[in-house]
Amino acid sequence: MDKEQIFSKVRDVIVEKLKVKPEQVTLDAHFIQDLGADSLDTVELIMSLEDHFKMTIPDEEAEKLDTVGKAVDYIFNKLKG
Amino acid sequence: MNPFGRRRVVITGIGIVSPIGIGKEENWLNCIEGKSGIGKITKFDASAFRTTIAGEVKNFEPSKFLDPKEVDKFDPFIQYAVASAVLAVNDSKLSITSENPERVGVHIGSGIGGLSFIEKTYNAILNHGPRKISPYFLPGLIINMASGLVSIIFGAKGPNSATATACATSAHSIGDSFRIIQRGEADVMIAGGAEAPITPIGLGGFCALRALSTRNEEPEKASRPFDLKRDGFVMGEGAGVLILEVLEHALSRNANIYAEIVGYGMSGDAFHVTAPCSDGDGAIRCMKLAIEDAGIKPEDIDYINAHGTSTPLNDKVETMAIKKLFGPHAYKLAISSTKSMTGHLLGAAGAIETIFTALAIKEGIVPPTINYEFPDPECDLDYVPNKARKMEIKYAMNNSFGFGGTNASLVLKKFEG
Repeated sequence: MDKEQIFSKVRDVIVEKLKVKPEQVTLDAHFIQDLGADSLDTVELIMSLEDHFKMTIPDEEAEKLDTVGKAVDYIFNKLKG
Repeated sequence: MNPFGRRRVVITGIGIVSPIGIGKEENWLNCIEGKSGIGKITKFDASAFRTTIAGEVKNFEPSKFLDPKEVDKFDPFIQYAVASAVLAVNDSKLSITSENPERVGVHIGSGIGGLSFIEKTYNAILNHGPRKISPYFLPGLIINMASGLVSIIFGAKGPNSATATACATSAHSIGDSFRIIQRGEADVMIAGGAEAPITPIGLGGFCALRALSTRNEEPEKASRPFDLKRDGFVMGEGAGVLILEVLEHALSRNANIYAEIVGYGMSGDAFHVTAPCSDGDGAIRCMKLAIEDAGIKPEDIDYINAHGTSTPLNDKVETMAIKKLFGPHAYKLAISSTKSMTGHLLGAAGAIETIFTALAIKEGIVPPTINYEFPDPECDLDYVPNKARKMEIKYAMNNSFGFGGTNASLVLKKFEG
């Protein structure tokens, strides 16, 4: 899966979970500052991403993923192995 | 001030979500027309249970009342509470501004809390392990989150609490809110209760207690309080919320006043975990305290909205208690159980029934007890059978009794300035 495809999937998950418009979901959008999430929403969001990409994201890694771009990069690298 | 030098409290707003409708108008119309809200359970496959019927809320769209982003984070009991609170605040035309938030409190309880959230989460653990517990799980199911979320939505910064006294929950919420305003700790209280118990463990739990009607083939006839052939209660779901306001505050903003709350009584049976005490002692003391608190005599009461669950024991003991307390006046009173139409909303019952009582006073119409067909020699009072009745009401009482032997009675009065 290339980064473009990952971004597209991540965007779908964010739109569904945070009820934002797709165009708001840019790579540098911050979950809390730009997309209206609170700390509970970000935990739930990471859980949904784990489900969609069939992976486990350890808590200490998850805490660092505060923007869309960081999440896409993390998933891309993890899938690449 | 009332005769005891206490602040007077009036009802200025009503919000209701029940098996017979959403909002005041639909509920009241169906209530005085005697429509049943009971049917086959559609929320899940209930075919393996002894009871397969309940009073479900129909056509409820939570996103009309809650930010769509928030809907899935809260158990249905909280969604019903928020919806009723929004309806009640709108109905009261109260505005909570930057000038008065500390004087407005919230007191919305629930008998059980978020059962369906607990079921869903336990399934997730069993199937996928503990990492699958949502961060919304606990905030979405705890009983006081109804009050919490309503306070957040309206910016109400006054007293914030919640009762959990089984089927007496929201009568206690209203009574305790009445006291909070009397004591001067708030000028306005958003008070009531909510319940969403129609889930496999909720239904199964009450089935195991043999508390529910098994008249599965005639759902609309299953809730039949005081009738000889009653065989248990029917679960209902929904919420009722009232705006209680100190009289001066209501008058100063020209609010519509439904009725005045004038008396509140509480008692404990100290008898049995689920059965009412056999001589009616707990209920008698509770009603007596509410009447004394109102500064009136039993003969002054015109109408009782009974607890009237449709279980063989409750209706018999409640009737006995009314006869012991009211004497000959018991036969002159109008008594009805609106649970005959809505089913038993457990923690929300006291609030929706206080709403029906307030509307009965305001409109001069007593709601009927439907499905009353076969007189029970042990229940021989005037239960306003099957048809609503036009009647002037000056004082009315609402009874709510709960598991654990907890009792609450409220006395409402026609508002006369």
